[in-house]
This record gives sequence, structure tokens and C-alpha cells, in this order.
Amino acid sequence: MATELTVRMVGITKKFPGVLANDHIDLDLHPSEVHGLLGENGAGKTTLMNILFGLYRPDDGQIIVDGQEAFLRSPADAIARGIGMVHQHFRLVRPFTVTENIILGLKEGGALLDLRTAGARVAAVSEKYGLKVDPYARVQELSVGEQQRVEILNSLVRGAKVLILDEPTAVLTPQEADELAGALREMAKQGKTIVFISHKLDEVFKVTDRLTVVRSGKVVFESLTSETDKKQVAREMIGSDIARLKIGETSTIMAVAGAASLSEAREKPAAAADQPARAVDVLRVHDLHVRDDRGLPAVRGLGFSVHTGEIVGIAGVDGNGQREMVEAITGLRLIESGQVQIKDEDATRWTSTDYIEHNVAYITDDRQNEGLILGFNLARNAILKRFAHPPFSRHGLLDMPAIDRFAETLIGTFNIKAFGVHASVGTLSGGNQQKLILARELSTKPPLIIANKPTHGLDIGAAASIYQILADERGRGAAILLISADLDELLALSNRILVMYEGRIMGELPKGQADPEQIGMLMAGTPL
Amino acid sequence: MALETTHDNKTNLKRAWDQLFPALISIVIAVIIGGLLLVANGRDPLAAYLSLWQGAFGSFGRFTETLVKTTPFLILAISVSLSFRCQLWNIGAEGQLMVGAILSTWVALTFVSLPVYLLLPLTFVGGFLGGAIWSGIAGALKAYLNANEVITTSMLNYIAFYLTAYLVNGPMKDPQGFNFPQSPLIESALQLPILVHGTRLNAGFLVALLLVPAAIIFWRSSAGFRTEVVGASRRVAKYAGLNVVSTIVFVSILTGGLAGIAGWGEIFGIQDRLIQNIATGWGSLAIVIALLGELHPLGMVVAAFLFASMVVGGDAMQRNAGVPFALVDVIQGIVILLILARSYFFARRAA
Amino acid sequence: MNLGLITPVFVIGILTASIRLATPLLLAALGEVFTERSGILNLGLEGIMLMGALTGFLGAYWTGGNLWVGLLFALCTGIVFALLMGFMSITAKVNQVVAGLGITILGGGLSTLLYRLAFGLRSQPPTIKIFPDVPIPLLSKIPLLGQILFTQNILVYAALILTPIAWLILYRTPFGLAVRAVGESPDAVDTRGINVSGMRYLAIMIGGALAGLGGAYLSIGSLGVFWTQMTAGSGFIAIAVVVFSRWDPLRSLLGALVFGFAGALQLSLQTLNAPVPSELLLMLPYVITILVLVGVSRRAEFPAAFAVPYRRGEE
Repeated sequence: MATELTVRMVGITKKFPGVLANDHIDLDLHPSEVHGLLGENGAGKTTLMNILFGLYRPDDGQIIVDGQEAFLRSPADAIARGIGMVHQHFRLVRPFTVTENIILGLKEGGALLDLRTAGARVAAVSEKYGLKVDPYARVQELSVGEQQRVEILNSLVRGAKVLILDEPTAVLTPQEADELAGALREMAKQGKTIVFISHKLDEVFKVTDRLTVVRSGKVVFESLTSETDKKQVAREMIGSDIARLKIGETSTIMAVAGAASLSEAREKPAAAADQPARAVDVLRVHDLHVRDDRGLPAVRGLGFSVHTGEIVGIAGVDGNGQREMVEAITGLRLIESGQVQIKDEDATRWTSTDYIEHNVAYITDDRQNEGLILGFNLARNAILKRFAHPPFSRHGLLDMPAIDRFAETLIGTFNIKAFGVHASVGTLSGGNQQKLILARELSTKPPLIIANKPTHGLDIGAAASIYQILADERGRGAAILLISADLDELLALSNRILVMYEGRIMGELPKGQADPEQIGMLMAGTPL
Repeated sequence: MALETTHDNKTNLKRAWDQLFPALISIVIAVIIGGLLLVANGRDPLAAYLSLWQGAFGSFGRFTETLVKTTPFLILAISVSLSFRCQLWNIGAEGQLMVGAILSTWVALTFVSLPVYLLLPLTFVGGFLGGAIWSGIAGALKAYLNANEVITTSMLNYIAFYLTAYLVNGPMKDPQGFNFPQSPLIESALQLPILVHGTRLNAGFLVALLLVPAAIIFWRSSAGFRTEVVGASRRVAKYAGLNVVSTIVFVSILTGGLAGIAGWGEIFGIQDRLIQNIATGWGSLAIVIALLGELHPLGMVVAAFLFASMVVGGDAMQRNAGVPFALVDVIQGIVILLILARSYFFARRAA
Repeated sequence: MNLGLITPVFVIGILTASIRLATPLLLAALGEVFTERSGILNLGLEGIMLMGALTGFLGAYWTGGNLWVGLLFALCTGIVFALLMGFMSITAKVNQVVAGLGITILGGGLSTLLYRLAFGLRSQPPTIKIFPDVPIPLLSKIPLLGQILFTQNILVYAALILTPIAWLILYRTPFGLAVRAVGESPDAVDTRGINVSGMRYLAIMIGGALAGLGGAYLSIGSLGVFWTQMTAGSGFIAIAVVVFSRWDPLRSLLGALVFGFAGALQLSLQTLNAPVPSELLLMLPYVITILVLVGVSRRAEFPAAFAVPYRRGEE
């Protein structure tokens, strides 16, 4: 006799303008299980779970919780039915304390807040599941791992029986990820159902009991974790989509390697540049000190260099000073002390204007709020940095036809899918937006490219084309600094990997010797 | 929405209609609501609106009066739209106009020995400078100290008002003016030439009209592009290597300078002396006009003319039909709200 | 300048006047603290205060002097206009700055229009007997303080009492916690089953009600008449007070007193025949507002979701 199902999702269908996100999806969730939900970006897994959590309403289908049909019109309904969700972007009130965050919206309690009692309750639940956190600390002062625990506790305190985690390890060190896995298994042992959304096969195979693969809005594969392997799951995740893409064989291997196994990517011969006669240092950073927005030291004595024809990868968990470093070496943040040299010129006091004048390209990770103006069209975004110069403007007036021609060239060369150069950039997909940024930055053939998480939020196909572009640039002799949280990407592309931790370089590993475990240790602050 | 710049594939004509239609509807609704208010108070809305219409268009003379009012309204609207398109909520047009008027009058009264062909342009510069400084203060406070420009410019409006009052009751008071709060007359040679004999329509109107193509060219220039980028996103502007601080100060100065020119136009074209209450309520009118005109120079010409007719007609309406001018303010307010909300209502219809 | 006029009585007069002038600012600011904490900037305060002043006056006048009816009218009007502003900001999600200005223009025009339609232009404008001063037994006998603080009218007392009450609600109740959360992180609140829109509507209604009362104070609590634009920028000054107070009710009291004092100072300098022209003195509160704003803006930490319309599910 089958065990009673906690949740049944039957025939869930959800359409957004232009895309069928969920196409008659069925999903069964059992008590005491960790259930992996896999798929590429845009496959539909997050949408499905957002429906389960009441953030979206399905166009068709049913949700049955504990044998009774549930109409989840809002997260409040979902929470009332015992469903909790931890998103990739935490939904915490940062200036509040842990306890305040957890009691926010709780229906119990009197007219006045009783933070002592609430704090004790939080501490109790925290003990029970091994999720250590200080109930009276302010969320903005907690580490990312601790903040995630607050999110989980939030659901547990509200009596969640089903806990959905959306890409929970994206922001954790390997060690923190292990701790989380332990906590999840403990919760499952105590009867909870955990839904673990991820695209990282190693983790899924470590933590889950069963898994479901979603692709293009449909369920394509379900199995007990023990009855399948990574190769099969990877194949199901990607399907035959790769064949549709116009990329070289190198990138295809890189893409599949990223999904299947790191060892394959490692064994592949390094996509090295034709070494130029002399490799010249283009970027040199020496003993850099930079403060963050709160005035605390974020970069504490960093030094490295990048020469022509190489990609230097910077690995590290978000929040170890990468953002501050990148902003310092692109003129967007004040350098407290230390030196930055661009091609033998002292760039320490340069502003962003100077960097642009010196043809240093900066591919930002925040494409919607920093790299592009969504309300502008493609043509205007294409000349964002160069509009004051000929051929785009003469005698102070913009030459619109010249601008349009330039934008057309970019679209053609980089294969950007858009409704013409006057289309609003907001209508482009994430991948095409990122390609536009790359196209713009690379159009001036920059000798130095600083790429900050260039494939963030993109699916494997789009990411693969960007890998190709970067590899091509390296071949052209450009010096590239690649900052990324994606180890697979760094291992596949970099000639050398530097690991950043708490504002310093913990260690450097040349490509042949780079090993995920070593990198993981460095990322967590353990010297080799 | 009025303040987003989307550039899509629609033809200019269709786009103009898309934006004109809701504006027209808003005005019609506002007029109807105003009419209902009158009825509720036992007044005859038809008589009121008829009086308004005649006040604005009833004769050629009235028509020129409407054009006379269009002059400062158009200039102020262009001034406001400059700041708004940079996402600077500068609501100090009234104060900037007054300070421009003050400075240009002062120049005219102080440098009497200069020949007219030198003095008149100098007064123009004075007008620009006065407004530019007044707005520049708020702009600098915003750019360097992040002081909310809505509060600073509205405070500066009140300060300018009292400054004007102080000057025309004190240092700049006309000794032969029977103790009225006003400055001495500027010399008649400085008065702007009248365009149509027997009316008040003067060369200031031409200045206003010239600013329209000037504005259009500005938005096609790299300075205009820079303004829009800074307005759209400070972060992107920094990323793109633009100096946000200098852009904000530049836009503020230009905005104030334009308003100051409107002040100059009122002194040298109409009033011939500095007085109090030279521009009461014109600041908020300028905002409505700018919004109604979708912050586009050509749209604002139409909107400025429309509101000038309402103000001129409203004056007549108050004198002849006894309906308070405040009705025009009410209509303004309703129009702003309806214009703003139109994207909400129209999107729902389309969905 | 006649310095001989500066007697203790004179000083008491200034301080008493300070509190009176601060009252409408305090009421409006307390309400706006809630509104802005929930993430909405209500620049329509000036218009709402004017409508409150008008309807308060009309309510009292038409009932032959019943000031409580006037207060009720003002309160309701404030709520209605706040709902309008709320609709624009929360449901229609339009630009809050412009919407607020529209409400101010509408409130200003409508109050003048209705007043003129009701009374026409008279040489002797209609007046009302205002709320009388109510000396608090015992406390009002304290020298100095007794006259300044404990011999005021009921609206002043209400404003002063509302200050700690507002503080309590904002910081010590689940409702206040939710309001603050909505302004910092609407995502967080949404996920916890609190209706972001509902909270914001409530917050803005509180703001509108208090602003209406603040306006009514001017017409039926202080001056006994209504005239066009009688608030003279108080709504904007109240917003400056809120920024000055960094969105805290107790500090708003301090801020309102500062501005009240500036106004009282201006009046007293006129009495002393200070060799400063009255117009320049009249400028004083506005200049001080700018100076204070500048001094505060560096450190001001606006609620993270300030003046940004909330759209669920946009990540």
C-alpha cells in the first residue's frame, strides 16, 4: 500500500506571455523524503514551486495537500496548509532581528510584542533541527548561511510540513552546504517533506531520496535517486537542445561537462590561447584595500595580475569582497590604499570615466540595474558608454542613423534575438540582454575585460555561447578577469584560478592542478 | 507613463495619438466633475464654462491675451520637463521665475547709463542667472548632500516670495509709487516690442516659441542623452562613466535659467516693473502642463496653450460669472491624477 | 529694537506659541511617519491639510459652532483624500511624487473653491470660536511650565499624547512591526501572509486622518477662520520634520517644536520692533527647514522600499 502522499500536484499548467512555463505537470511528494527537483534555468521548476507556495495561480490543474484539495491564492494560504519556501533571494527584513523576522505576521500573540518569549521559541526550534543562529542578532549582520537558517526557521516555526528550497547552495561554501544537507536529512527523518530545487547534480545525489527532472515545462524523468546516475539525469535535463545551438564543439563539451561531472571538464585539454611571443601584464593589483558600503574593510590587501591572452578566474563565495574589488578596479569605488596598474599606468585614482577612456571593458553581473537601461531601446543601450564620441555624436548632436547602424552590427555579430534596434531592452530575454552587454563592451576590442558573473541566471545554452565569446577574446590576446560563483565555469575557462576569501587571495591554482575540493577549502578559508 | 522613455516601433503619429487621447479624456472628465461641483453649489456650469470660453477666445483681443499667458506657461513647462526627465522633482519654477524677475529688474534699474542694445541682453542674462542660481542651490544640495529636491525647491518658492515682497516694499520700492509695493518702471526703451498693435502680445512670445525647437534639439544632443541616462538610473550612469553630480547641477541650473527667462519675459514684456504676486500658482500649472504634454516640447505647446486659455478664461469667469477661479485649480488637479492613472485604466481595458 | 520688552512673560509667550505652531506640524508628521515607514511618500499632505482646515471649519460653522463635528468632518476628509492618494500609489502604482503634487493642487483648489462658493467674497470673513484653552488642574499651576505646556487646548494635548502612543504602536505592536517591515522589505511581508497593499492603505489612512486634524487645528483650533492656502507650506514642512526625525515619532515632536519655535521667534521679533523687515522674518521657517534637511540628509536612511510601488513576483 502506498504511503499517504503529503502533496499531489496534478496537471499543473501555467502560461506567461510568450512562454508555457508549466505544461500539465504532475508531481507527488511523500512524507519523510528529500525530493530533488532538477532542470535548467527556465525549465519551469521554480514556477512550479511558486505555484505550490501560492505566489502564482495555475491556469489549470489541482493541488492536493494531505488528501484535501487546496486553493492557494497567496503565500498565506500555503503557509496555512503547512507549506514553506526558502527563495534564492531571501525574503528577510534586514534591519530586523532574527526573532522579529520570524514573528512578523504570526497570528498568535497579544496586542504588544513579546520578544523574549518569541526568542525562546526560536531558540528551541533552532536546537531541535540543528540550525544554529542567535535569535537576537540583526539579520543584516549575519552570514549568508546563517540568514538562510533564519529563512528555514521561519517556515518551521509556522508549522511547515513541506519545505521548498530554491537553489539553496548557490550562496554557500562547500562546508556550509554539507551542514545544510545534514539539517535537511534531520528534518526528513522527523517527518518533513523537503523539495530541493537545484541544477547541481553532485548535491542532489548526496542529499535526495527521489528526484524529478523538468525540461521545457514538462516532467521528463522521475526516479528514486538510488536507481539512476548523474549521466542519465544530465541527459534528461538537457535533452537534445544543445544540437540546436550554433556553437563549436569545445563549448558543447564544456556545457555538458558542467552538468554532468567536473572531472570531464578537467580532463578536457585547456582551451589555451596561441601564446603570444611575450605575455604582457595588462592588469596589476597590489596590496589593495577597499571598504564596503558600511565602511567596513571588504578587500584587505589583495594582489594579483592578469596578462595578455589569459583568463584569470576568481572563485569565492559571494560576499568575500569580490564586488568591492571589481568596483575598485573599474573606478566605481574608492580605493583606500594599494595600487592598481593598467598597462603600466597608475590607475589607482581613475574614475569609471577614465577606465572607459582607456578601453577597459566591464561586464557587470547586474544587467538590469547597472549594465542596461531597461526603458531604453537597443540602439541607445548599445552606445551607453560612447555616445559623446564620434561617430555617434558630432558637434554635440547625436547621429541617430550611425547609432542604429552600429546597433545592427552588434545584433548581427553576436546573434542577439530582438525585434530590431528600436525594441525596448526590457523585452529581451536575460541571455540576450547579457549578450548585448558583452557586444557593447567588446565592440571596442578592449585589451582588458573584467567579467563579473557573466552567465549569472542564464541557461546552459546561453552560457555556452558566452563561454565561446570569452574564449575567442582570449585568443585575440585580451586579458580577462573572470569572477564567478560557478566552479564549473571557472574550471572550464580559466588558465589560473585565484580563490578569494574575506578580502584576500587565499590561494592560486593553475588549471591543471585545480581541484574542486581544494578550491572548496580555500573558499571556506582553510589554507592548503 | 509620462516619465518613461520607451522607444518602440510605432509611428510618430500613432504615438502622438496614443498620448493625446487620454489627455483629452482626462480634461473632459475633469471639466465634467468641475461642472458637477458647480451644480451642487447651485451655480450654472454652462454659464460658467461659456464665460470661460469667451474669456479666452471671445475676441481677437482675448485670443492675444491667451497667447500672452501661453508665453510664460510654455517656458516654465519646458523648464520643468528638463528636470523631470532627469528624475529631478524640481517644483521651484515659481520661485526661480521670481528671482529671475528680481535680478533682471535690478539690472535694468542699476545700469541705466548703458545703451539699450547692451542693456536689454544684459537684463536677459540677469533673468537667466537669477533663476539659474535659485535652482542651482537646490541642485547642488541634491547632488552633493542628497537633500530631497522637492522639499528644498518648495521651501525656496516661499523664500523667493518673501524676498520679492521685501524688495518691493523696501530697497527696490518706487519712491514715486504712492507707497504701492512695486519697483520703479523700467525705461520704456527696454520694453519688449509689441507684436500686434493694441494688444499685450510681445516679443516674449517669440522667445517662448524659439525655445521649443531648442528643446527638441537638446533632447537629440549628447547632453540630452546624458540627462536621460542619469534620470533613468544613477547607477547605470556611473557605470557608463557619466558624472552624475555635474549632470544634476547642470540640469538644475538650466531648469532655473529657463524659469528665470520666463520671469524676464513677464517684467520686460508685460509688467514693466517688479511687483509681488507676479506668478502665483504658475509653478504647479507648469507641472501639469509638462505632464500633460508628456514632457515633449510639441505636446507642451498644445498643453500650455490649453491651460493659458483656462487661466485667462478663468479670470474672466470669476469677474463675469462670479465663479471662483479656484475651479481652474480643481480641474488642474483632477487632470494630473487622471493622466497619471491612465496607464492603470487603459492597461486594464487592453488586458 | 526694544529689548526692554523681553520679560519672562514674553518668553513664556514665545514658548507657548511654539507649541501651538508646532501642533499642526506634529499631527501631520506623526501620520506621515506611518505612511513613509510603510514605503509611501505622501506629498499630498499640504492639500489634505487644507481640505481638513476647510471641512473642519465648515463642519463647525454649519452646526452653529460644534467643533467636534468639525473635527469629525476633517478626519473623514483626510481619510478620503488619503485613500485617493493611496489608490494612485498602491493600486495604480504611479509616480508618487507627481501624484502627491496633484493631490496638493487638487486639495488647494477644492478647498478654496468650496469656501468661495459657500461664502463668496466678504469684507468680514466668517469666524468661529476656537477650542478654548483647558488648563489641567494642578499641573497648570507649575510656574513657567504650567502655562506653556498645561494650559493649551484639547487638540494640542491630543497631539502631545498621540506622540508616545504613535511610538508605542510603531515599535511595540505587531501592527507597527508589520508597517515597518512593509517599508523595508515588501517581499518579506508578502511571503508571511501580510497583505502589502492593505498595510499601506492603513498606513496612509492614518496619515490622512492626522493631516486632516492638523489642518483643522489651524482653522478651528487656532485662528478661527479659513483662508486660501492658509497652511502656507505646512504640509511640506511636516515632511521635512519626518525626514529630520528619521521616521521616529518622538523625534518628530522635537522637529515640530524646532519649526514651531522658528515661527514663534519670527512673530516675537516683529513685536520687539527688531530692525529686521517682517518679510525676512517670515522666511525664517523655510530657511531653517532647508538647513535642517541638509544637515540630516547625509545620515538619513530611507526605508529600503521607499516610494517604490510593489509588484508581487518580480524578481
